[in-house]
Amino acid sequence: MNYELVIGLETHVELSTDSKIFCSCGGHGKGSEPNDCVCPACSGMPGMLPVMNKRVVELAVTAGLMLNCEINRYTTFDKKNYYYPDLPCAYQITQLNHPICVNGLVSVKTADGVRDIRIKQIHMEEDAGKLVHGGNSSFVDFNRTSVPLIEIVTQPDFRSPEEVVSYLNKLKSSFIAGGISECEEGAMRCDVNISVRPAGEEKFGVRTEIKNMNSFDAIDKAIRYEAQRHIDALEYGTEELVQETRRFDDVSGKTFAMRNKETEADYRYFPDPNLMPIVIDDEWLEEIKAAKPVAVDERTEEYRAAGIKEDDIEIIIANVKIARLIDDVVSMGCNLKDTAIWVVTDCAGILKKAGKALSELDIAPEKLAAVIKMVANGDINRNAGKKVLIAVIENGVDPVSYCKENGLDKKFDASAVEEVIDRAIAANPQAVIDFKNGKQKAAQALFGACMKELRGAGDPAVIKELLEKKLSM
Amino acid sequence: MNFYYKKIADGSIAVDDTVLVKGVPAAAGSHILEGFTPLFSAEAVTRLENKGYVISGKTNVGEFGLDLAGEFSYYAPAESEIKGAAAEAVKSGEVNAALAVDVNGAARRAAALSDVCFLKPTYGTVSRYGIISTAASGEQLGVYASCPEGISEIMSVISGHDEKDGTSLKNESYDYGCDKELSGKRICIVKELYQKADASVKAEIDAFAASAKKKGVSVSEISTDIFETANVAYQILMCAESCNNLSRYDGVKFGYRAESYKNIDELYVNSRTEGFNFLTKAVILYGSDVLSKNRYKDCYDKSLRVRRVVMNEMKKLFESFDAVIAPVCSLSAYGAYDIKDAFKKVFDESEFTALANLIGLPALACGKVQIIGDHFSESTLLSLAKEDK
Repeated sequence: MNYELVIGLETHVELSTDSKIFCSCGGHGKGSEPNDCVCPACSGMPGMLPVMNKRVVELAVTAGLMLNCEINRYTTFDKKNYYYPDLPCAYQITQLNHPICVNGLVSVKTADGVRDIRIKQIHMEEDAGKLVHGGNSSFVDFNRTSVPLIEIVTQPDFRSPEEVVSYLNKLKSSFIAGGISECEEGAMRCDVNISVRPAGEEKFGVRTEIKNMNSFDAIDKAIRYEAQRHIDALEYGTEELVQETRRFDDVSGKTFAMRNKETEADYRYFPDPNLMPIVIDDEWLEEIKAAKPVAVDERTEEYRAAGIKEDDIEIIIANVKIARLIDDVVSMGCNLKDTAIWVVTDCAGILKKAGKALSELDIAPEKLAAVIKMVANGDINRNAGKKVLIAVIENGVDPVSYCKENGLDKKFDASAVEEVIDRAIAANPQAVIDFKNGKQKAAQALFGACMKELRGAGDPAVIKELLEKKLSM
Repeated sequence: MNFYYKKIADGSIAVDDTVLVKGVPAAAGSHILEGFTPLFSAEAVTRLENKGYVISGKTNVGEFGLDLAGEFSYYAPAESEIKGAAAEAVKSGEVNAALAVDVNGAARRAAALSDVCFLKPTYGTVSRYGIISTAASGEQLGVYASCPEGISEIMSVISGHDEKDGTSLKNESYDYGCDKELSGKRICIVKELYQKADASVKAEIDAFAASAKKKGVSVSEISTDIFETANVAYQILMCAESCNNLSRYDGVKFGYRAESYKNIDELYVNSRTEGFNFLTKAVILYGSDVLSKNRYKDCYDKSLRVRRVVMNEMKKLFESFDAVIAPVCSLSAYGAYDIKDAFKKVFDESEFTALANLIGLPALACGKVQIIGDHFSESTLLSLAKEDK
């Protein structure tokens, strides 16, 4: 029988803020030692009250806008109660009843083209700390407690692991581009809800949830394993499926049922009386919208309209650092298509020779812009530009002074070009005679001699014109 | 009577042990916080110190302020007649004023029993930063003094916006003047509550009414069940929030940890079983129940809706009256009793006090007379109480 896979995703993303969600500790939650990014508030001491970090709201709204969500103008926080040593207050502040964003839409690539995945909601919450086990004891590290997170919950709209990975890649590049999250290792964590049903069947099958995975590769493998487990159960009766929470073991590539206790808790949610409802008025929303970076889909369109090749667009979209570099260079007055070619073709080529990937490109945008501009203005030719670029990438030189020092910039040394031509003419009297007798090819030889001496600098058209002018005198 | 949990200096202001003073052990009257020393002071304490006031020390308080008037502190022996330590410290002249948190009326009742004044101000006018929180939506830091002028002086220092408290209102200052013109003011006495009080409490109310009339205040009587309704709703919210706020005392991070445990669950259970008194446990269990999935809608959520109804009713009442008068408590003195009866006793007595906690109204206990006003009407309440003390 043919089976259809039904998958829904809950993705936790750590936000890039300067401070934690309810206190002024560093937002990244990293310390050089355990518990050195901690204050009385995020360690749950009595007397401290949570004070909302406005930036968290702005980033959550930005994420919602990028995922085509409706923004709830009235949003509130709830307390979720459970005991665990890494949770200092024994409750987590999260959003249950009035999440900040709802009803979004994200298009993903599938085998049959592009499909829309519905986003149920995005809510804000605080992270928990972590436990470190050693010897006979366990230790708590609260550095991570109250680090701001958003959780993006989809409808059960995915039908294959490829769609899930495509979605996650899109979230990642959107969020990095939007300054919402750096999406570093561990900063994106997924819970996957999965069920299987006979193709054509409307009713959902028994659902299991695989908790807390943070690599896309593991998510892909876990879905494939779990889907097969469900299909085997349905097709061959290998086991009885029950609704439960499971974890994925990276080493064996299998999923295992977690203790029931962890799934049956009554979290006794209730509205947090210490945090007033947040009202997002028109003015604030407009401010956030104005600061919002362009979404991935719009960005693709923009590149396409500029005439950038599809392959190049994919490379740029997939690599936010490169997209940012191009943005920066364009903002300095360079042409978008030119810049894209310089980066994706020339820089990538230079790095490839050194055995490096484009993602390893480390170049100051001002320097790249200077090179591109010198070429665009006709100060140096493209070949010379590339030479400068190599020197910039390899040795970090200043492009303008490098041109001067190496005689690549004819504009700064026009008389030098003329001298070279004069010398070539003087050194080749026969060529001059041949040219005057009508042999056009003779000029070509002289031109070659000039170019050789100029080591590729100078605009060939200008040199040719100057040479012909001198020969005709 | 030993007023203090920790005496720190010869100062003019005492703070009850739910209010933090940097470096001074704080336990909120509970075994569970034994050994806890705060790293910072309450905002109100800092503001007083900045104005040159010296804090004399921490007065004993009933565990998390949940009892009648301070009778169930882990650190103070039971006495035959119940009195609040902070109220007594003011009464005796040991200090001029004291700060205390009114979670469920205990501070007002203590003022009544010691015949001093206590103001529970409008919610959000005094920062709750640095008080050991129990029921966040109803508790409020207030002031004991022997007279309205003493309260007025301290309130002017400690009130006003504090960015460290998300529920703090934006205003920088409020009016605490005690000299409002009273002629033409209208007050009403709540019949149902008056009838529940003993003869001596009734006599105080009568005397207050007679004196008010002499000053040109019109005094009438109203009949309403709103205080009873408000009490039920507030006890549900207060227990739920207490259950949540007290869950951080788990023996893991600070305070008391049980000596004997085999795993993390036993560490939690034993520490909390040994660390909380019977009343606190009852509050936690009741609060946990009203928040549970099966009960949430009919208990907690309904109480939130009742809160709105009570708010609307009271706003309507304040269109006709400048203040509502009620006893602070039913009896002029409480004798010692078994802690197993405490939950019910506190519930019954809170009918007089809970409405002000539920909707954040200012309530002034002046002896056994309670003057409740609309939000921000503290000046009217203090003026009404003046000279009658």
